[in-house]
Amino acid sequence: MRAGLIAEYESPELLLEGVLAMRRSGFVQMDAYTPYPIHGVVEALQLPRSRVPLYCLLGGIAGGTYGYLIQYWMNGFSYALNVGGRPLGSVPAFIPATFEATVLFAAFGAVLAFFGFSGLPEIASPVFGVEGFERATIDRYFLALDASDPAFDPDEARRILGDAGAVRVSWIPQDEGSEVHA
Amino acid sequence: MAETIDLRHVSPEYAKAVDEPSILLTRAPEGELTARLLAPAFQGGPSWKLAFLITGGGTLFAWTVILYSVLAGIGTWGNNMPVAWAFAITNFVWWIGIGHAGTFISAVLLILEQTWRNSINRFAEAMTIFAVIQAAIYPALHLGRPWFAYWILPYPSTMGVWPNYRSALPWDAAAISTYFTVSLLFWYMGMLPDLASARDAAPTLLKRRLYGIFAMGWRGSSRNWRHYQITCLLLGALATPLVLSVHSVVSFDFAITQLPGWHSTIFPPYFVAGAIYSGFAMVLTLMIPVRRIFRLHDIITTRHLEAMAKMILVTGSVLYYTYAVETFISWYSGNEYEFYQIVVWRLSGPFAWAVWTVYVLNFVCPNLMWFKRVRTSPIWLFVISILINVAMWLERFELIVASLASDFLPSSWRNFTPTFIDGSIFLGTICFFLFLFLLFLRFVPFISISETKEIRHILVSEEERLERSGHARRTDR
Repeated sequence: MRAGLIAEYESPELLLEGVLAMRRSGFVQMDAYTPYPIHGVVEALQLPRSRVPLYCLLGGIAGGTYGYLIQYWMNGFSYALNVGGRPLGSVPAFIPATFEATVLFAAFGAVLAFFGFSGLPEIASPVFGVEGFERATIDRYFLALDASDPAFDPDEARRILGDAGAVRVSWIPQDEGSEVHA
Repeated sequence: MAETIDLRHVSPEYAKAVDEPSILLTRAPEGELTARLLAPAFQGGPSWKLAFLITGGGTLFAWTVILYSVLAGIGTWGNNMPVAWAFAITNFVWWIGIGHAGTFISAVLLILEQTWRNSINRFAEAMTIFAVIQAAIYPALHLGRPWFAYWILPYPSTMGVWPNYRSALPWDAAAISTYFTVSLLFWYMGMLPDLASARDAAPTLLKRRLYGIFAMGWRGSSRNWRHYQITCLLLGALATPLVLSVHSVVSFDFAITQLPGWHSTIFPPYFVAGAIYSGFAMVLTLMIPVRRIFRLHDIITTRHLEAMAKMILVTGSVLYYTYAVETFISWYSGNEYEFYQIVVWRLSGPFAWAVWTVYVLNFVCPNLMWFKRVRTSPIWLFVISILINVAMWLERFELIVASLASDFLPSSWRNFTPTFIDGSIFLGTICFFLFLFLLFLRFVPFISISETKEIRHILVSEEERLERSGHARRTDR
């Protein structure tokens, strides 16, 4: 979230009310910041399905294929070893390392996809400048509205968020000229 | 705790969490809970310094002895022909086995939605990583020339040679390096939200910056949580077959040889059951003192102790069953070498003391867990967990040494006596392990804070709902 309004709530239930109230007013572009995942909020925000599993699968397929073929090439072609007349492509013997490569690549696929989709690492972000935001990972619940949403109306939004029990509603600070926040 | 709740009216998550005894006894506000769980990471003290001094000294000692045995060669060990594996591989298998419970708790119990794992998973995963580090030391040293250890990896060498993937040793290298990497990723992923809490609650700028770097800018956005949860679940699903595969691959080192006592198809399940069993014992050995020192009885409750005790009972029983199968097959196969090794030599040879200790301890320890009194008593569990650790070390010792000491030809039989260096390296790696573990306890939130808060929220919101609807009749505790 780059620019917009951010509201602070004291409990996940109030936050959920804020999300639902905004949705009722036709607002879509928002994100919540919570110390732990809150099922209802994630549903109310109607976020698209995560595509991390796809990258995990792709990583796994790539790892398995690579793991098997590299062994076949190493022991069958590049440095062909005849062990007691066994076939050069020793399928059963290549399975353990193939499995390990599958798991390794799938895990990296999932983790890298997670970082990519989440936009992390991002050590500095405008949202960290919000007053009291350091409690977002401890015991406060924030709802940020994106100013780029066509339905964004600051005064109306402030009223709705306040009615839903926000402790404080403020703008996400923008400090100009800083390349970190570009 | 006097609390009567009609379980017909509560959500399934709630019912699972409070199913006697509850997995979380505290209802402290989230801020207070966070501060409490972060406190060890923010304040040291003289007892910390003393603990670091002792384990750090032991670590230094370990590396001195390792340096000596590298410089002088492994002739300083008790290894001989035919007992070439001896202490090094015994310790390797023991340490790798210990790691398994960590992955089991964090992965298998995650995909089975066992919420009791939440307060102990971070802890157990750290144990895994540090145990695998100890384990990795041994095969490298056992090479005699550890500076060539990288030859086991498939890298394009100028010699044009590749590892032979029909051998179990490159499998081992692949399995253990993958296991370590995936465990580390899983551990770090799980830690991300808590590192962010540590960043945001840090008392000094330096700590704020350090935790800030490791938290990578995590801020608990719902979009991120969504990707985060699915990623953790995927890693859990990937680590589940991994935990079963690693010790299976380790067991192939033994099972695909021709040696009587090793050449057996029961080995993979036998090793995996033993690994998870010994790992749960090590979790208890570490957790019970930590729970007491940091007064975490309301977060690591009797429920956790009981659940782990039951896991020990299950895996210990599987292990005992494999002992029985191993013995039965040695007779049923009609192979005289196998029968002599497993029945005659082990039960009456020079290592009979170890074998009988293993058979007695591994029978008595898990079976004591049938008693609720034992399962819920930290002292009983602590003593039993130490005994299991000892028994499992001896099991690997007799399995490796006794089998190697007497193969087919009596003319090649030879006994094994460990040297001072053997014992020192083993004790040294225990110190190194504890040193790493203390570093973890001191600098990293060692109980998952976000997951504890999540459980607290489930409990509190359900209890509030019940109170409003009047289903619960709560009396003061």
